[in-house]
Amino acid sequence: MIRLEPRLAPSRTMMWGTPVLAVIATMIAGGILFAILGKNPVEAIWTIFVDPILDPYSRDELFVKAAPLVLIAIGLSFGFRAGVWNIGAEGQFIVGAIAGAAVGLAFYGTSAIWLLPLMALAGMAAGTFWAMIPAFLKVRYNANEILVSLMLVYVADQLLRAMVAGPLRNPAGFNFPESRLFHDSAVLPLLQGMPGLTQYTRVHLGVLIALILVPLAWVLLRKHVLGFNIQVMGSAPRAARFSGVRPSSIVYICLGLSGALAGLAGLFEVAGPAGQLVPALPQGYGFTAIIVAFLGRLNPLGILAAGLVMALTYIGGENAQLDLNLPRAAISVFQGMLLFFLLGLDILVRYRIRFGARGIAQ
Amino acid sequence: MMDVIGLSADLSLVTALSYLLTVLLPTMIIAATPLVLASTGELVVEKSGVLNLGVEGMMIMGAVVGFIVAVESGTPVAGFVIAALAGALLALIFGFLTQVLLSNQVATGLALTLFGLGLAALMGQTYTGIRPPQTTRLDIPEVSDFPILGDMLFSYDWIVYFALALVGAVWWFLNHTRPGLVLRAVGENHDAAHALGYRVITIRLAAIAFGGACAGMGGAYLSLVRVPNWSEGMTAGIGWIALAIVVFASWKPGRVIIGAWLFGGVTILQINIQAANLNILAIAAIVLALVTVVMIAFNLRTKSRQGWIRVAFLGALALLGWAMALTWPDFRLDSAYLSMTPYLTTIVVLVAISGDRTRAALNAPASLGRVFHASN
Amino acid sequence: MNTLLDISGLRKAYPGVVANDDVAFDIAPGEVHALLGENGAGKSTLVKMIYGLVQPDAGHMRLHGRDYAPTSPKDARAAGVSMVFQHFSLFEALSVRENIALGLDEAVAPRTLSDRIRTVSRDYGLPLDPDRLIGDLSVGERQRVEIVRCLLQDPRLLIMDEPTSVLTPQEVETLFDTLRLLSKRGVAILYISHKLDEIRVLCDRATILRSGKVVATCLPRDETPRSLAEMMIGTTLADPPVRRAIPGRTLLKLTGLSLPTDDPFGVTLSGIDLTLRAGEVTGIAGVAGNGQDELVAVLSGESPVEAGMIRLDNVPIGTLGPNRRRSLGLLSAPEERLGHAAAPEMSLTDNTMLTGRVRQRLSTQGFLKWNVAANFARAVIAQFDVRTPGVDTPARALSGGNLQKFVIGREVMQKPRVLVVNQPTWGVDAAAAAAIRQSLRDLAATGASVLVISQDLDELMEMSDQFAVIAGGRLSATRPAGSISIEEIGRMMGGGEAA
Repeated sequence: MIRLEPRLAPSRTMMWGTPVLAVIATMIAGGILFAILGKNPVEAIWTIFVDPILDPYSRDELFVKAAPLVLIAIGLSFGFRAGVWNIGAEGQFIVGAIAGAAVGLAFYGTSAIWLLPLMALAGMAAGTFWAMIPAFLKVRYNANEILVSLMLVYVADQLLRAMVAGPLRNPAGFNFPESRLFHDSAVLPLLQGMPGLTQYTRVHLGVLIALILVPLAWVLLRKHVLGFNIQVMGSAPRAARFSGVRPSSIVYICLGLSGALAGLAGLFEVAGPAGQLVPALPQGYGFTAIIVAFLGRLNPLGILAAGLVMALTYIGGENAQLDLNLPRAAISVFQGMLLFFLLGLDILVRYRIRFGARGIAQ
Repeated sequence: MMDVIGLSADLSLVTALSYLLTVLLPTMIIAATPLVLASTGELVVEKSGVLNLGVEGMMIMGAVVGFIVAVESGTPVAGFVIAALAGALLALIFGFLTQVLLSNQVATGLALTLFGLGLAALMGQTYTGIRPPQTTRLDIPEVSDFPILGDMLFSYDWIVYFALALVGAVWWFLNHTRPGLVLRAVGENHDAAHALGYRVITIRLAAIAFGGACAGMGGAYLSLVRVPNWSEGMTAGIGWIALAIVVFASWKPGRVIIGAWLFGGVTILQINIQAANLNILAIAAIVLALVTVVMIAFNLRTKSRQGWIRVAFLGALALLGWAMALTWPDFRLDSAYLSMTPYLTTIVVLVAISGDRTRAALNAPASLGRVFHASN
Repeated sequence: MNTLLDISGLRKAYPGVVANDDVAFDIAPGEVHALLGENGAGKSTLVKMIYGLVQPDAGHMRLHGRDYAPTSPKDARAAGVSMVFQHFSLFEALSVRENIALGLDEAVAPRTLSDRIRTVSRDYGLPLDPDRLIGDLSVGERQRVEIVRCLLQDPRLLIMDEPTSVLTPQEVETLFDTLRLLSKRGVAILYISHKLDEIRVLCDRATILRSGKVVATCLPRDETPRSLAEMMIGTTLADPPVRRAIPGRTLLKLTGLSLPTDDPFGVTLSGIDLTLRAGEVTGIAGVAGNGQDELVAVLSGESPVEAGMIRLDNVPIGTLGPNRRRSLGLLSAPEERLGHAAAPEMSLTDNTMLTGRVRQRLSTQGFLKWNVAANFARAVIAQFDVRTPGVDTPARALSGGNLQKFVIGREVMQKPRVLVVNQPTWGVDAAAAAAIRQSLRDLAATGASVLVISQDLDELMEMSDQFAVIAGGRLSATRPAGSISIEEIGRMMGGGEAA
């Protein structure tokens, strides 16, 4: 008989072991999936997981892809710890991109060093504003922030369409729904030629900022009273109120923080790899970041690792699409399976598996 | 008045009204049916104390599976049945993870949605652009051909009537049967139910499977009747709206129908306004005026001062809207803004319902979303 | 002698502890039999075996002369054994009838069930309205629902687990009348309690358990509370020191404290006046659910009120939050140890940071000093004899008594000027309870003012210098200890006026 026995304290080995186990399990399940699709499973897994690490250009691309995921996931992780579920990070990402792009286009042609920081501020402000809507409605009207923030994703998507078809449309673009290409001052500088990076790398300043944010977030979580309050709020809300934490403050701070970071990620994307505002800008980073946050155990260092793993599935998946004709949708299935396995294996942190009947004292 | 709205001037009010009743209204009901199915299923799940956010994933899986089965077999009925099974199966993955392995319900529901969307896209790749076999419509000899009423009430496909019957059955089950009482008890206080000897996990798994089956059917309705064809991501957030409708309905089955019709109405209305290229200011003014009239009717009963202030405010807005419409008869809004309306309406409705915390506390199942640890 | 239930050699062990060891006793039909013992003596395990929730490792039970070995509560009920638990299995948003229906083994038509509920509840002096929602009932009325649910199944043996801890003295009398009526009709009653006075009044015989073994069987009427207590604990008791405190200046004053509740099942506080003085222990008696939680939340700062309603050293603090109040010296310990006073999943060090950050200076500019917090936690553990592997243990791993010692110790060692404690020894073993009471007395002796809210009248009588009763969200006038009788207190707890 298989039983689940509660542990006295959460197992640290399992806390860091389960994400690894989950990745392995996903590889196996993914291999089966690929076999069903008629592809060689070993070749597919190798193309997705190993090839990108070996090729220097792909290695750089990992960081480019991971940066927005890590940025957004760090913001989300604080909220998730507190029980504040920001599922609309994708929408905050979009409005951040719109606002940043608008500022950049407003100063089109102007050469100035303050333009990019201004765009970044605009992106963060827009993301924060978009996240404040579910925050306010939750605090004031007890409206479920999951549903409100999610509805705002669809609204933001439509807003993007309206913007690129109207006010932000390229006047010389033959009526295509897209903005002008950003001028030099409005594009993130590339870190080409820096030590460890290739000559024609696409790694931009935003990646550096995302990396710097990781240790900062860790300090905030572990060493600052705000991080402590967030943890208590999620673990025991009544004890948190007894301690003096105001639930409404936590809601505003968590949603504001994740909104700002998601908006910043949006700005990095539009002023970095994309270089212009197009309807296809949003690629689901806001949703993938949720997986990254959980895979990283809601811990900034873990999120960095998880972001790189997830980026690996993106880059590797694109390669598999080209080389092995693997359908694009298979990657989403892959990522969904990863989250499933992680959630399922999570129980090993708090419970032990036991075989046989319970022990008896003499 | 017609040209202020943007319609052809020689269109009479009677023709417009008859169009509303015989074409728009049925379209609304068809648009609402997937919501009726999915929301009713989710209502049962939530009544048992579980929050399954994976409705969107289950619906799109139902859409693709139902479509494939219907096309391959030639019978839509088979499509609906297998879609329900697929939804239930997917839901049971969620059930196993959350009830047996005690995983976080919010995260697992999201995982279900992401996984479902991906898997559906994968499965449906070779099925885009195909037309599915037609679903049988009700055709009672004399009755269905009756002018106006025939089209309004008696000409729908059998799923529409099935969905309404399902709501009635769920209401009866929850309120007038012993298993329904046990389910409600589990959702109220799972520890007490366990202490009384009821199998909490089994009951919840059954509810979860039922919810999945309903969502699957709702999704199949989209691809087989409403659209009807298959395309990636065709649910476009309808699963999330179904979740909102459960809150809007205060977990009461009858109210689910009202909520579904409301959203169906908004969706169809905005599509038609876009298509007919109407002046949105005029339409908004008319809608506000209707809402004002309804609120006057409500407030005559409760006679609250705050209610009258709200009525005055809405009425003033309606008049303002009409004035603006007269000033700018050629005002046209980018279709993207109109497409936002169903989602914005959802937010407004959520706020309106959740704001009354006392009532919300009384209606929401007390164990909703909480993890059940069986202890001896 | 005609025996209904006969138990011999019953034994049950768990990893690390022998809960019941060679237990034997018997009950006759119509007998009211007490099961006495301290927390952790083995009473719960024993009745769980009689009720089929747990299977014994060894031993025999015979009911009506036949072998009796229920494998589930359903079996027990079928054999005529029913149980009313200490913690009710009720559903607040459902009606009385629906709750009872859920507890029955067979389905009964709603109309018939409603009639039977009305009849049976009236016959036994515990009238119930089948259509009312449980959430609207008082704790005493909820217990009636549990009892009627049992009575509807025609039990031969009724087990009652600590039934009077949630009742006013008047409600206790009503319950005893019902039990006497049942006894007269031949129903045997197994009555678990640690309330010695009640057992002497109600019960025919008593079996006393200590550390899992039967240490005595006696006739309670022939014993004194003291002799019973000594049998329960196993040592002779010392008299508690006589309290003669001379109160100092006013530290905390509540004036007209009122707070409407927005929780449909909550209690509105109205017009509460209270003065707490230095060096004094104030006791507030009351049955659970009469506003104690709401009052403590107001005092801790979790529920803000008008500024002037609470004055500390004559400074209005009603609008201040918990941490501001802590820096001013007003500390509190809520009733619910796990989840409110302490975060169950977090370590003892974390839980020290929870309330001690401000007063013990555990942070600078928001940055936390974890080693200082850990040291303070160690000090609390040492001073209050908290049994725990270490400061990193999660709070939920501690036993009830040890966690309560930690929670109270954490507040006492922050040297409060006013300390508010809600149910300080609820569910705590005798040794820990005595230690906690002593620490509260010592705290008052240093000049602090201590407010103790409790359902345990004996405890309050022993500790308080002045005394008040809370009922329905209102507080009676305070009286000096010794100037008020148990009957009067009981009446006030039930909502009546003091003479």
